[in-house]
Amino acid sequence: MSPRFARLTMIAAGLLVAVTTVIGQAPAPGSPTRQPSGGGTYHAPRTGDGKPNLNGIWQALNTANWDIEAHAAAPGLITELGASIAVPGGLGVVEGEIPYKPEALAKKKANYTDRLKLDPENKCYLPGVPRGTYMPFPFQILQSQKHIMIVHEFAGAVRTIYMENQTPAPADSWMGWSNGRWDGETLVVDTTGFNDQTWFDRAGNFHSDALHVVERFTARSADTLMYDVTIEDPNVFTRPWKMTMPLYRRVEKNAQLMEFRCVEFVEDLLYGHLRKQPK
Amino acid sequence: MTRRLLIGFGIVAFGVLAIPVASQTRSAAANTKTAAQPYTPPRTPDGQPDLQGFWTNSIYTPLERPKNVTKEFYTPEEAAEMEKRAAERESAEPAAGTVADVHYDEAQFGLNRSQATFARTLRTSLIVDPPDGRMPPLTAEAQKRFADLAAARKRMGAPFDRVQNMDIDDRCLIMAGTAPPMLSPGYMSNYQIVQAPGYVMILVERIHDARIIPLDGRPHPPDNVRQWIGSSRGHWEGKTLVVESRNFNSKRPGVGDWQLAGLAFRGASQDMRVTEWFTRVDADTILYRFTVEDEKTWARPWTAELPMVKLQPQGPLFEHACHEGNYGLVNTLAGARLEEKKAAEDAAKKQPK
Repeated sequence: MSPRFARLTMIAAGLLVAVTTVIGQAPAPGSPTRQPSGGGTYHAPRTGDGKPNLNGIWQALNTANWDIEAHAAAPGLITELGASIAVPGGLGVVEGEIPYKPEALAKKKANYTDRLKLDPENKCYLPGVPRGTYMPFPFQILQSQKHIMIVHEFAGAVRTIYMENQTPAPADSWMGWSNGRWDGETLVVDTTGFNDQTWFDRAGNFHSDALHVVERFTARSADTLMYDVTIEDPNVFTRPWKMTMPLYRRVEKNAQLMEFRCVEFVEDLLYGHLRKQPK
Repeated sequence: MTRRLLIGFGIVAFGVLAIPVASQTRSAAANTKTAAQPYTPPRTPDGQPDLQGFWTNSIYTPLERPKNVTKEFYTPEEAAEMEKRAAERESAEPAAGTVADVHYDEAQFGLNRSQATFARTLRTSLIVDPPDGRMPPLTAEAQKRFADLAAARKRMGAPFDRVQNMDIDDRCLIMAGTAPPMLSPGYMSNYQIVQAPGYVMILVERIHDARIIPLDGRPHPPDNVRQWIGSSRGHWEGKTLVVESRNFNSKRPGVGDWQLAGLAFRGASQDMRVTEWFTRVDADTILYRFTVEDEKTWARPWTAELPMVKLQPQGPLFEHACHEGNYGLVNTLAGARLEEKKAAEDAAKKQPK
């Protein structure tokens, strides 16, 4: 292990302990690896290099993309689309409440009010993290030794998770800069270097460019993963907070990511006002 | 400054470092010729020949052989001279104050090919078949299709009348030449290959296009399912990855739609099939060969070959959020509307009162 890698790992581990302590779930010293919520003692099959094999096409089955917090069903914003665009109710994926700072909560509410105009999803922008994971589109995990790729069907968004040669984020980006490590059965992904342009859902939940996301992917059966996320952003929240949800394998024999090159679908929305007008 | 420029800036850092390395390393042409020599690529943990890493297909050699060249290979001196002249043309500045002078300062951002690792070959064209190094003649059907499409294009109006009239690369939809087959899109011709059990993934840096190629022999989607990058299925033949692609749509420039200024394929129909061969011929080189078949456009298939060489240093690639930062498109369209407004005002002033 290179000194730099060791240092990063220690920092990441320290941060994790700090974060989990804050949210009251720190493992007792010497205790075995913390079990993911809802997970048992499932032991995943191994890849050729002996790591838990998380390869596959996965998808969330919940309403987090509409609103990560609990919400009742509600009408949609486009009258003509009626029931097909209405919001399905859901019990939320957030543990407790999202600890917004007062001024940030006001902004969240304004985002919600103006969501038709402001939600970056409508513009086919890269969805950010963790939103990409629970959008109603599949994503694929491709595991190699040096890099683990997460490729999303939505907008063809791509994340490279560096398992080696880890560095701090060299620049801000939409999908962030991800460094990963194995913690027993769990893939832990530490992501920073975000811009402030993405949202967590269609309800206007948002973050700043100080966002720090720690994701834990743990196999809980052959065809399900537990996905635990810790969100930290001192500009927007008073403390770190968590989301938890299962992810399901797309088990169809011919499952594959289809092309969803949505830029084409939003051109009139974004640029229609700049069309040449007939004389 | 657009996001694209900012992202490009990241390339400079390793591009500049790469120059000495690139100039010392192999001529890829030599690699082409040593393809028959025994090189055994390492294996991935699941036993695939290992193609992983960061690669580039940036190259000065043209797809088609220049008309004044009659031989298949240059001497090393001639090839170096060709590259030198091409690099000079690439970095030449248009006259100040002209429309042509409004462009990315590619040299400043390290985007000229000579500023980073680039692939080299002694071949005088990338096309190796037909033997004259040029694309086969168009069929009568293709010529009629071109004429019809050009007429349809004219009816759509001027290039900046609306976004749909603009080139697909300016719209950040897809780089026409990048996949598949994969040819250099000019700058940022970079690729990352990652292999997972049962899959090869090729990430095209431009517009973060991930080609996910299953290796399990599954069929292509039904014929009515058409995609910009088509559908790719792969298998291994010895140490060569063979990828067969079809199910293309007709929207890529030069792949059958009305934008005839094709960057790569000059008007194949959407029934084009592409077969690609990836063979790692040494630690730093993948020999990349492809054949394009489309009876509706060419009476015979055609085949090209070029090396993909390892980027020095090895990555990383940065997120190319092309659409998200596409201020250039907004400004182009807004500028066209402003010019129209000004022209109308000028015309009104000239009207006698």
